[in-house]
Amino acid sequence: MAVVFERPKSLKETKFHYCPGCHHGIIHRLVAEVIDELKLQEKTIAILPVGCAVLGYEYFDVDCIEAAHGRAPAVATGVKRCRPETFVFTYQGDGDLASIGTAEIIHAAARGENISVIYVNNAIYGMTGGQMAPTTLLGQKTTTSPQGRKAELTGYPLRVCEMLATLQGVTYLERTSVHDPKHVRKTKKAIKEAFQVQLAGKGFALVEVLSACPTNWRMSPERALDFVKNQMINYYPLGVFKSLEEVE
Amino acid sequence: MGTTRKAQLLQGNQACSLAALEAGVRFYAGYPITPSTEIAEFMARELPKIGGKFIQMEDELAGMGAVVGASLTGVKALTATSGPGFSLKQENIGFAAMAEIPCVIVNVQRMGPSTGGPTAPAQGDLMQARWGTHGDHPVIALSPASVLEAYTLTIKAVNFSEKFRVPVIFLMDEVIGHMREKVVLPDRDELEIVERKRPTVSPEEYKPYAADESGIPAMADFGQGYRWHVTGLNHDQTGNPTGKTAVLEKELSRLFHKLEPYREEITLYQTFQVEDAEYLLISFGCSARSSLAAVEILRKQGIKAGLLQLQTIWPFPDQVIKEFTTDKKGVFVVEMNAGQLCLEVQRTMQNRKLLNSITKINGELFTPQEIVNKVKEAVNNA
Repeated sequence: MAVVFERPKSLKETKFHYCPGCHHGIIHRLVAEVIDELKLQEKTIAILPVGCAVLGYEYFDVDCIEAAHGRAPAVATGVKRCRPETFVFTYQGDGDLASIGTAEIIHAAARGENISVIYVNNAIYGMTGGQMAPTTLLGQKTTTSPQGRKAELTGYPLRVCEMLATLQGVTYLERTSVHDPKHVRKTKKAIKEAFQVQLAGKGFALVEVLSACPTNWRMSPERALDFVKNQMINYYPLGVFKSLEEVE
Repeated sequence: MGTTRKAQLLQGNQACSLAALEAGVRFYAGYPITPSTEIAEFMARELPKIGGKFIQMEDELAGMGAVVGASLTGVKALTATSGPGFSLKQENIGFAAMAEIPCVIVNVQRMGPSTGGPTAPAQGDLMQARWGTHGDHPVIALSPASVLEAYTLTIKAVNFSEKFRVPVIFLMDEVIGHMREKVVLPDRDELEIVERKRPTVSPEEYKPYAADESGIPAMADFGQGYRWHVTGLNHDQTGNPTGKTAVLEKELSRLFHKLEPYREEITLYQTFQVEDAEYLLISFGCSARSSLAAVEILRKQGIKAGLLQLQTIWPFPDQVIKEFTTDKKGVFVVEMNAGQLCLEVQRTMQNRKLLNSITKINGELFTPQEIVNKVKEAVNNA
């Protein structure tokens, strides 16, 4: 009998520690599938964040560097410039990438660094227990916006793709979601596209994946999916913001 | 004395937060970081209720920058962080030291270096609290060993920072920050709350860095008609940058030495059974708790031990160390780092041969027995 579905080679035989309904597991798997399909496992260097995905080294069966909080794109720059033959991607959450690491991501993008970025936006700080993120939606309750996020106090959620799309150094930008199978497949396609940009030496590519954090949103996994579908996508529209054809 | 307040079960981070409000802190800016996050969460809930301001900033640097800005307007300001964030805050801590801007930085220490162990206790930021930012600068660091002290010493920290126009580092640790204890807080009218000295001269006559005999210049609130210049550059008494060496010699010397006349006031400590002690343990923070239990065990076993618990770490209490280590048969410095406090004690002690360092850097709190064993080993070998 033919094997039609198995664990990607680039994922270790370790059970995910992520909370029920968390999307890191799906996104990890998609990244690993693409690494396998493009035969990149032996040349991949993953730069991991501080946040829930700090534990990515437990799951990705590739070389892993855990950067200091927010600094993954800077570390990736050093790695890729010295070893251009390797495949380098960062995997970062919204606090890591869009708050403490804003400078690093903007400048890596502006330089057109030939790296790939997987940016997981779940609109909250997971690892520290549910504080407001730069991408927390207006009205959303967190432990540091207990009354719900108010624009007059904390401004507006940051749309990273839209912001980076203004930069010339950027080659590929897409925002996707993993709230249903159709979007999971689209996300995989986007990740593959982004990785291929790097393989072609065409510069900076980022895929933003909207994802759920039922634990810190204080929702059931099912309600959290609805929140992604009905609230997050509303503020963070899905789509390709920049692509290779546009650049060429 | 005595208090009319009711006993309550409080967490160290909570006690620190409550005290900050009590001391008059009305501004908090910071970034989430374990094991200090409860302080930010408390401030997010409570500050708006009493007319204060809470803001979560984009990173640790900005959190510290906002605290500097808030304090310049005359508002008592505080931030909380842990090792990795403390490293990032050093730029603006130096700025606050140089421009003499009162502020309190709570550092709930976790294991380091770098990301280290977010939920594991350590006391490795002792030297960073003193010299984390570049250049010769004054700084105060206090360290509580109980939930009650997290409360009383936070009030001291805010007071010192306002009175002496200096950043105060509040060195907690993961154990003290996350531990819950039954505490009875002191009555409010027993608490001394200090306000910074404001100018009594007109705006035209005001010089922000001209100190009277106290050595501490009066500080005008920004936005109140006193126009003055704030800079991290070398500056003269008007606050404007200068490169005149004679001026710099004088001004930087005042800055660096400004806490010296107040050493006694700033030096806080506790002693336990030191009167007849032949062996002295010196410790602080969470390690002091294990040390105290060790002293009790040692006493029961016929070894006359005592404990000196430092609450003020910086400026280093040289005199206190000298006083309590004289005539001892042995001195043991107990700390959860590789021996940072011991180095300072060594510098201060007359007879260094009597000094022993007891350290632990694996993220697990000392058990009293571990300390007892080390002390007995040294006593038996002596």
